[in-house]
Amino acid sequence: MAVANDIKMRAQLKGDYTEIKVLMTHPMETGRRKNDFDEIIPAHFIQLVTVTLNGKTVLDAQWGTGISKNPYLTFRVEGAKLGDKVAVIWHDNHGASSSQEIEVTAA
Amino acid sequence: MIRRDFLRAFSGLLLGGMLMPLHALAAVWNKAAFDSKTLKEAESGLQIPAETVSSDIEIIAPDKAENGAVVQVEISSRIAATESIAILVEKNPTALIAHYAFSNGALPYVVTRIKMAETSDIKVVVQAGGQYFTASRRVEVLENGCG
Repeated sequence: MAVANDIKMRAQLKGDYTEIKVLMTHPMETGRRKNDFDEIIPAHFIQLVTVTLNGKTVLDAQWGTGISKNPYLTFRVEGAKLGDKVAVIWHDNHGASSSQEIEVTAA
Repeated sequence: MIRRDFLRAFSGLLLGGMLMPLHALAAVWNKAAFDSKTLKEAESGLQIPAETVSSDIEIIAPDKAENGAVVQVEISSRIAATESIAILVEKNPTALIAHYAFSNGALPYVVTRIKMAETSDIKVVVQAGGQYFTASRRVEVLENGCG
């Protein structure tokens, strides 16, 4: 893991579904902003996010520069049980990546 | 310290490499669609041939956004066999914001935070059973969030 704790996440069993919330740390630079010296700040953004449940892909996200800084994401899955493993991995346009894995807990 | 940094970098590389090789990565991210300036170009990049307006797509977003840098959007689809949800903002410098593909029990529901340059429609395109459905919602933006 590149940086172990830059992804905060939670997966809570809420009756019929499990709600997965993910908060990532990333500047999400568009490549259109300028710094104090009037120089363009190069684009730096997450392009791909994959979430798996017990190793099976449940969500495949592709992002552009229009996702806000420090991206936040919530979605829901059916069929997960307490203790099931939920993992997330992202890749950005600089080739960097980060991942995190947690277990499904009770709400 | 140097050794630790090296190990950390190396293990990150190894893990990233195992989960998704870099060459595969380039193939997955739809560069043509994300580089598109207009709605029309972005939709052709996503290979959306035609779409039907649907009231079974719900978009929850603020009527007015104080700051366009962070606009929270909640989208759900009641269309059977929804496979993916694409989010586009007509008046952003690049129209396509995100594309979410659901599988293996994931429900067609997502909450995400987006940037908006100015007052615009947020357009959602849902793919279900080889067909495309759409819905829009207007958000008034008071401060440009695209920098």
